[in-house]
Amino acid sequence: MTTETRKPQESHQTLWDISVPGRSGVRLPESDVPVQPMPDAALLREELPLPELSELDVVRHFTRLSQKNFSIDTNFYPLGSCTMKYNPKINDMVASTPGFSGIHPLQPEETVQGALELMSNLQDMLQEITGMPASTLAPLAGAHGELSGVLMIRAFHEQNGNPERKVMLIPDSAHGTNPASASMAGFDVVTVPSDDQGNMDLKALEAVANDKLGGLMITLPSTLGLFDPGIVEVCEIVHEAGGLVYGDGANMNALLGRVKLNDLGFDVVHLNLHKTTSTPHGGGGPGAGPICVGDKLTPFMPSPVVERDSEGGVESFKLVSPPNTIGTLSAGHGNFGVLVRSYAYLRALGAGGIRQASGDAVLNANYLLKRLEHLYYLPYDRICMHEVVFSGRWQKAQGVKALDVSKRLIDYGVHPPTMYFPLIVEEALMIEPTETESKETLDAFVDVMIAIAQESGQTPEVLTEAPHNTPVGRLDEARASRQPDVRYRA
Amino acid sequence: MNDVFPHSYFPHTQAQRAEMLAVVGVGSVDELFADIPERFRNPEFHLPPALTELELGRELGGLAKKNAVPGEYASFLGAGVYRHFIPSVVSAMISRGEFLTSYTPYQPEVSQGTLQATYEFQSLICELTGMEAANAGMYDGASAMAEAALMACRITDRDSVMVLDTVNPRYRAVLDTYLLPQGITINTVSLSDLVVDETTACILAQYPNFYGGIEALGDLADTAHQAGALLSVSANPVALGMFKAPGDYGADIVSGETQPLGVSMSFGGPFVGYFTCKNEYIRQMPGRIVGRTVDHEDRIGYVLTLQTREQHIRRERATSNICTSAALIATGTAVCIAALGPGGLRQMAELSYQKAHYAASVIGAVDGYEVIDDGTWFHEFVVKCPQSSKETTKKLLLRNIIGGLDVSDSVPNGMLFCATEMNTMTEIDALADALGQIAKGS
Amino acid sequence: MSEHPSDLRYTKEHEWVRIGDDGTATIGITFFAQDQLGDVVYLVLPKVGSSIEKDSKMGEVESVKSISDLFVPVSGEVLEINKDAIDHPERINEAPHDAGWLIKVKISNETELEQLMSSNEYDQAIAS
Repeated sequence: MTTETRKPQESHQTLWDISVPGRSGVRLPESDVPVQPMPDAALLREELPLPELSELDVVRHFTRLSQKNFSIDTNFYPLGSCTMKYNPKINDMVASTPGFSGIHPLQPEETVQGALELMSNLQDMLQEITGMPASTLAPLAGAHGELSGVLMIRAFHEQNGNPERKVMLIPDSAHGTNPASASMAGFDVVTVPSDDQGNMDLKALEAVANDKLGGLMITLPSTLGLFDPGIVEVCEIVHEAGGLVYGDGANMNALLGRVKLNDLGFDVVHLNLHKTTSTPHGGGGPGAGPICVGDKLTPFMPSPVVERDSEGGVESFKLVSPPNTIGTLSAGHGNFGVLVRSYAYLRALGAGGIRQASGDAVLNANYLLKRLEHLYYLPYDRICMHEVVFSGRWQKAQGVKALDVSKRLIDYGVHPPTMYFPLIVEEALMIEPTETESKETLDAFVDVMIAIAQESGQTPEVLTEAPHNTPVGRLDEARASRQPDVRYRA
Repeated sequence: MNDVFPHSYFPHTQAQRAEMLAVVGVGSVDELFADIPERFRNPEFHLPPALTELELGRELGGLAKKNAVPGEYASFLGAGVYRHFIPSVVSAMISRGEFLTSYTPYQPEVSQGTLQATYEFQSLICELTGMEAANAGMYDGASAMAEAALMACRITDRDSVMVLDTVNPRYRAVLDTYLLPQGITINTVSLSDLVVDETTACILAQYPNFYGGIEALGDLADTAHQAGALLSVSANPVALGMFKAPGDYGADIVSGETQPLGVSMSFGGPFVGYFTCKNEYIRQMPGRIVGRTVDHEDRIGYVLTLQTREQHIRRERATSNICTSAALIATGTAVCIAALGPGGLRQMAELSYQKAHYAASVIGAVDGYEVIDDGTWFHEFVVKCPQSSKETTKKLLLRNIIGGLDVSDSVPNGMLFCATEMNTMTEIDALADALGQIAKGS
Repeated sequence: MSEHPSDLRYTKEHEWVRIGDDGTATIGITFFAQDQLGDVVYLVLPKVGSSIEKDSKMGEVESVKSISDLFVPVSGEVLEINKDAIDHPERINEAPHDAGWLIKVKISNETELEQLMSSNEYDQAIAS
């Protein structure tokens, strides 16, 4: 039976729809131990209403589901601020070797020296990349790293007898996790505006940098894809007021091998390994958000940190807890499987390779900027870093929204860019091509964007009704929110 | 600087770079970085030299070989991370590039695969826990429990939680990290000292608890509800293959570590925490939620929903800062549960129960060892050893056995042993033999 | 032509107030506000019996991808909330000035009404 002749219902059948009582996709061996008495039946469940499928049912179901996704492996995916670069296959392969994937986090340290050595080496590499003297791999995602970083800033001020330093400054262009993390750490969030060049407004910053200041959270390059040339002054203003600077490393792909954040004045920075170091994003994680830390905050790092011990010429590794640690973030030591991939990536590239990565990433973004600026409004007309933010305001005048442009891209086989973010750009379309995309792919994308700009003027309904060739069209999100259906019920 | 670095990850030829630079209107890639203050631009970076794929395999293989792998060693370590059988379909499915290399499903029309898989994950978890609503997953079981406590505080508008001292100490440590900065009081108490009053947001319990025991969740729910507090339970999903669901006892929030169901131990991560609650609390849930809806032609489809709870909209007032969590692992768990089905999951749970109880019986029969056995337990148990736990661990390792976890801080010479369907009777008997020899001083 | 009835009073935060024959105030959000929000999906309203004070936050109105705070246009005691609108938030979009009302309030300080805008003033405010 071909896809075309399948009944429409089949395309979205759930596990329950294809369940047949009595089937099973796994057989386990019978028990080899003498029968042990079972617990009181009152404690046991009678029903276990799970679907019953054969092994092939399972494979076909999830394979078909997978085919409804766009992914890096199948499509150009220029989703801004997400760094959807090629995820090298060797990284997955090494991470799944039993020596890594099969080890238990609480094994005696002498039995996991290889894992700890890898983590220690990765710490060293991330420290070199950021110029920071210390690091921990414990945070499980970018926002987890943010939470750790701002908790450390809080602990630092408390230790210094300044518990009243409870203001966290955040630029208006910031990712939503920044204010959310600051708030979870007990800070009051104060928003700082950007100037007309997309840089931080230094006057506005000075006005709020007072003795209540805990710190500043800043993304570099900013979410506008711009490197703020005043970043050193920004850090100085914050430091002079007694605050500390948190660097959101979401956009670190632009800076690899070009500059060390420690030199610029950052006190702590997280790296999104699932962006910058190419570990697969998996449709929403797992990620890893290690933090690299300056001297002031080193004693407060979350636990654990891997320590290298070269006593007696024999190298060994152990997990330690920093003296004034803010505590632990998870029951484990970090997303080790992600760390292995990240380590493999950095070892594959070395110093020359990471520099080439940022160079090509920035070149690709500027190439798209130049080739598209006559068709899409460019709110900040200057050289960009690894991503370029356009505004769909010219199309909006034709009755077409950034959303419509995005949905039309789908028809051409391109994953839409990040839309409506950053919030300070009207009808924002944030495009991040990454260094692993070829000129041919970029040129094809430019052709598509040209075609869409033409359609916007001539046949806007083609855009406003897009996408046309997907398993489903635009979905009724209002209905989903008004009557939440978050689980299947037979 | 002319430092071109050819690599299989970078597609541009030098000619193409030159062509693109001409379009951009600059003479070199370096000029694109002119906004970086000059004195800080282009410092030296000292990283190990680049490796080819062939060399990379060797380098990482060498590191992997330095680890002792459970399975090659008989292992009786659990304590929150468990070695269970993982059907091969799990990795086959989540290795598919379409699942593996997609981003968070912001564009539902091209993400129905991830979205439906996540919806099915939510549904399966609801069935297992006996709860009404689930989210798309948290980082891990420990952070899920901490987020559950924060959620209970939001719902009840109270700022104190009661944590049973039988909760995994590593989870309790994460509670400290998350809750204390928000001014929430954490009271760690034994079951017999549990007092819930009008300041208590919730009771936090584990099921089975850290020592393997099955807590009386019904009593805990009554105690909580009588004082207007919630019961939040962290439950092992494999145990739910045989033990009554926390939802059936009246739990308000049930979360847990999904690792035992289809996730390799991987030195502690990546895992995924599941998170469920009663329907009435759904708008206080942290994290992403997938909902089912329809398109304009009435075709069923899935979207991220109730997004106004989240950081990208509500910013500093969001229910959590969580963004990227662990969608791929959740998909893997859904594949695993789908493959196991009710029969397979029940069998996995019962085999673990049987093997662990057998292990306890043979270890208890060894001179000098005392199994602490008070009440019903699942697949973990504490043994008081004649020698220090450290010593015992070391001597077991010499015999290629990874023993239980050292819990001597709560039980003198205590070790927490675990057995699952992965442990054979031969292994278990060898463990008992080894413990016998160790007791005799060898 | 204005979408905003002339018999209502308005705030710059886009609430409207209607004074009933019995002197109680019915409060909702304006046509303009619901149009800006898009599909309303959820409401958070104050409890019946609670006292609310002018200009303080009294609740939230959510659309699919935004939230807006609701501010109190006139101080008083909440007499009733629109349960139908809570169950069917689309009422706000369908009939913002009628079936999509939010709460009824027993006014505690009538002089506050003088600070509210007429429909003409409101139309000018949203046009600028």
